Amino acid sequence: MEKIHQHSSFPQPADTDFDNIKIDGCDGANRQRSAEGFAANLKYLLVGVIFGIVFVKAEIVSWFRIQEMFRLDSFHMYGVIGSAVAVGLLSVWLIKKFNIKTLSGETVSIADKVFDKGQVYGGVLFGIGWAITGACPGPLFAQIGAGYFAVAVTLLSAIAGTWVYGLVRARLPH
Amino acid sequence: MNIIEVLKSPWPWYVAGPLIGLTVPVLLLLGNKSFGISSSLRHICAAVIPAGLPFFKYNWRKEVWNLFFVAGIVGGGFVGNFWLGNPDAIVVAEDTRRALAALGVQDFSGLMPADIFALSNVFTVKGLIFFVLGGFLVGFGTRYAGGCTSGHAIMGLSNLQWPSLVATVSFMIGGFACTHLLLPLLLNVVQ
Repeated sequence: MEKIHQHSSFPQPADTDFDNIKIDGCDGANRQRSAEGFAANLKYLLVGVIFGIVFVKAEIVSWFRIQEMFRLDSFHMYGVIGSAVAVGLLSVWLIKKFNIKTLSGETVSIADKVFDKGQVYGGVLFGIGWAITGACPGPLFAQIGAGYFAVAVTLLSAIAGTWVYGLVRARLPH
Repeated sequence: MNIIEVLKSPWPWYVAGPLIGLTVPVLLLLGNKSFGISSSLRHICAAVIPAGLPFFKYNWRKEVWNLFFVAGIVGGGFVGNFWLGNPDAIVVAEDTRRALAALGVQDFSGLMPADIFALSNVFTVKGLIFFVLGGFLVGFGTRYAGGCTSGHAIMGLSNLQWPSLVATVSFMIGGFACTHLLLPLLLNVVQ
């Protein structure tokens, strides 16, 4: 398949020139050029609500489902992640193939992920945390909404972990 | 079986997975947003406690959509559990149930084992391990890896990014190792 280097072929928003968010692989990045106000951001809140409902209803937020996954006792989580990737893959391919524009008429732009060793070291550390807490970051938020208030402590600790990473980043192998 | 009953029963993977996958094009087409959740933790740091660290020196207001998104997930968690909640106990695979019972987990009634995730455990050794240590690893690890299950395993793989495959395999290695080697020790400590 043709490799598309989207972020080299489109002009960057002016304010990303000094924006060091680029050094982080642009996870969850906003690449829309026009600014959005509070009302415009509400649509992402709505997407989040639907997403959170799916998380709870498919029991992805369950510590037990994560245990089943890591014990290879159930296909459920593999089915969820596998079919999500399949649909995502097909969607991204269709968007590129037919050059489908965003609501505001921009060309869809996705940053390439750049390899560094953090994906291995950090990935393993996150995997350990995933098996302990039974949650990746998304389900943490859904679990709190579902009434497991103790998970707020997990979330605060995850924020602390992110902050400590920012503190020691320069001294870690990348 | 009416529609509410269907919605209330647990959704199978072939319904939930494609719906989660659709988040990728929906966010891209709504506003050129790449799907990723762990970045919200970074934006919270940047907004609240940047402490002059270069890693948190960026225009987080531009990424505020991500905070709206996770706030929505909290709301969705509420709706999914309290309005559309499954009235029956979760069905845990028999082998997992047996293995966990042998490690001392007794409560299999909710989405989370109440023996561990009860609010009263926050200030105990259980809380220290399962909330504080676990949460720290999630936050530190996802940022070090540059993404989580959503940013790498779903968004990255959807865009055929091989570093995301490396990250996803690493997540699974960490999870398998922890479940089979570390978790028995941790659950033993908190018995």
